[in-house]
Amino acid sequence: MTADLFVVEDLTVTLPTGRGPVDVVKNVSFTVGRDDTLGIVGESGSGKSMTALAVLGLLPRGAETSGSIRLEGKELLGRSERELQSIRGNAISMVFQDPLSSLNPYYTVGLQIEEMYRAHRGGSRRDARKVAIEALERVHIPDAGRRIDHYPHQFSGGQRQRIMIAMALCCSPSLLIADEPTTALDVTVQAQILELMAELQSTTGTGMIFITHDLAVISSIAKRVLVMCAGDPVEYGTAEQVFSDPHHDYTRTLLDAVPRIDDEVAS
Amino acid sequence: MTRYVIGRLGGVVVILLAVCLFTYLIFFKLSPDPAVMICGKTCTPERIDSIRDVLGLNQPILTQFWEFLQGIFAGRDYGSVHCSAPCLGYSFQTNESVWSMITARLPVSITVAVGAAVLWLLAGVIGGLISAIKQGTWWDRTAMALALGGVSVPNYVLALVLQFVLVVKLQVLPFPSAPAFADNPLLWFESYIMPWTVLAVGYACLYARLTRANVIDTLQENYFRTARAKGLSRSLVLRRHALRPALTPITTIFGMDFAGLLGGALITETVFGLNGIGKMAADSIAKNDQPVIMAVTLLAAFFVVIGNVVVDLVYTTLDPRVRVTSS
Ligand SMILES: Nc1ncnc2c1ncn2[C@@H]1O[C@H](COP(=O)(O)OP(=O)(O)OP(=O)(O)O)[C@@H](O)[C@H]1O
Ligand SMILES: [Mg+2]
Repeated sequence: MTADLFVVEDLTVTLPTGRGPVDVVKNVSFTVGRDDTLGIVGESGSGKSMTALAVLGLLPRGAETSGSIRLEGKELLGRSERELQSIRGNAISMVFQDPLSSLNPYYTVGLQIEEMYRAHRGGSRRDARKVAIEALERVHIPDAGRRIDHYPHQFSGGQRQRIMIAMALCCSPSLLIADEPTTALDVTVQAQILELMAELQSTTGTGMIFITHDLAVISSIAKRVLVMCAGDPVEYGTAEQVFSDPHHDYTRTLLDAVPRIDDEVAS
Repeated sequence: MTRYVIGRLGGVVVILLAVCLFTYLIFFKLSPDPAVMICGKTCTPERIDSIRDVLGLNQPILTQFWEFLQGIFAGRDYGSVHCSAPCLGYSFQTNESVWSMITARLPVSITVAVGAAVLWLLAGVIGGLISAIKQGTWWDRTAMALALGGVSVPNYVLALVLQFVLVVKLQVLPFPSAPAFADNPLLWFESYIMPWTVLAVGYACLYARLTRANVIDTLQENYFRTARAKGLSRSLVLRRHALRPALTPITTIFGMDFAGLLGGALITETVFGLNGIGKMAADSIAKNDQPVIMAVTLLAAFFVVIGNVVVDLVYTTLDPRVRVTSS
């Protein structure tokens, strides 16, 4: 099957808390193929971000993981920090929720893309700069050659998320994890970012995990969906299947919470 | 940018003038008659009058203030004696020119301040940094407990204890004497190391706590997580994405603390008998030597106000978000 670019099996994440260890992700399994998008939905606190961070080995201190996470057949769990560094940003990239605070305000966006490229590909600053300018052009930042020397605060929220996406893709990763990349943006900008991500995916063939609590967003971008509730995977299937015939009450509740366009047309 | 700097300097002049006037009024109003003091015990009313005349004490206060200012920028005459600019008057106690007293003592105070600053920056920042990275370990706990204690030890206690132990008991250090570096570098170092340490301890403790708090805050930042998610090496992540943001605010505080110290470390200099601005201030206050008190007050104000401007300018180059747009 082509779906085996990325496989997660029985992933459990345990975090230490004041009241003892808590399983915030319980026995989650899913796969992502090349050129494929998996949506992960669930309400706040359901363990979506922890799942994503577990993949990159970026969980909070003291966290424990079990199960299996494999990229192109290679196990990622239990790797050393060194090995994980060469995977992060290189084979697997991540885009975070809040574009306003995800870029370091002290450095130009150019430097922040270049440092990542050079960490994985080496080469001169000049080469990295060329790559960075191309990356910015790919996400449609106008006048990229000049804007590359600007600081994050000189860009709008939507532009900053574009820059984050440009950065995430600059080493041509095989998997991109987007953790609520549009939640902090207003609706029109949100639509533009979604469009951009779909466009980039179609040209690069990157597998994508798209995390959101917004079902309307999921249905527009993901072919398959994993629904999480309090750390449990409660539903996993094609978007059509899950949305038209939800097996679980929780999914139904989520669906009912979404204002649907066809509802209004029908009434 | 140039306009900004000129504006700031204008502000500096206004503030310094205000400080001048304020101190002048305070000493004029609150002090005993200087003429009586200068005249001494065996004194005739005629002599007091003539001193008043020479010092211009019979003039209205604002005229006196004006002459004082004139003295600083253009020089002035006291009777037959000409005091060339910058003239801050003559000490009532020793009749020395206050300006030459300052120029003689300032190098000592600067040496004390610079040495202490180097010590406290090294100890405070490195200590705080290690604490932040090893957050919650025994090192962190011990260091922070020490830092809390260290802040509360008064300077003079520490100074006396050090002096008693190192100079009197163990005799590993000579009594501080502020020799010139060129004459005897070893003696120079041995003389200053105690004052540096005494001054540095309090600041180092403060800076350690500050650095630790800032670094820990930065480690929670989203951009720090981004940096890790990018697969950068640990050292690059720490240097670029934790240290720089965490230490930038500390430069502001450091600038102000350092500027404050240039105006003299009163207690430390006095305890160690170092002839700096701080000791001069203490002596002049004890003897109510008004021209000297005025001068040290102004000098301290000058350093603090200039320090403020320098800090702001430096900060705008360090933090892109507050950079003054020049285009
Ligand atoms: N550092 C931590 N220590 C202990 N528990 C944590 C920590 N961070 C998060 N949690 C808990 O882990 C659970 C899952 O959190 P997670 O961030 O994965 O939720 P999420 O689905 O991403 O929610 P959101 O939509 O709000 O981002 C939550 O119950 C949260 O309280
Ligand atoms: Mg989340």
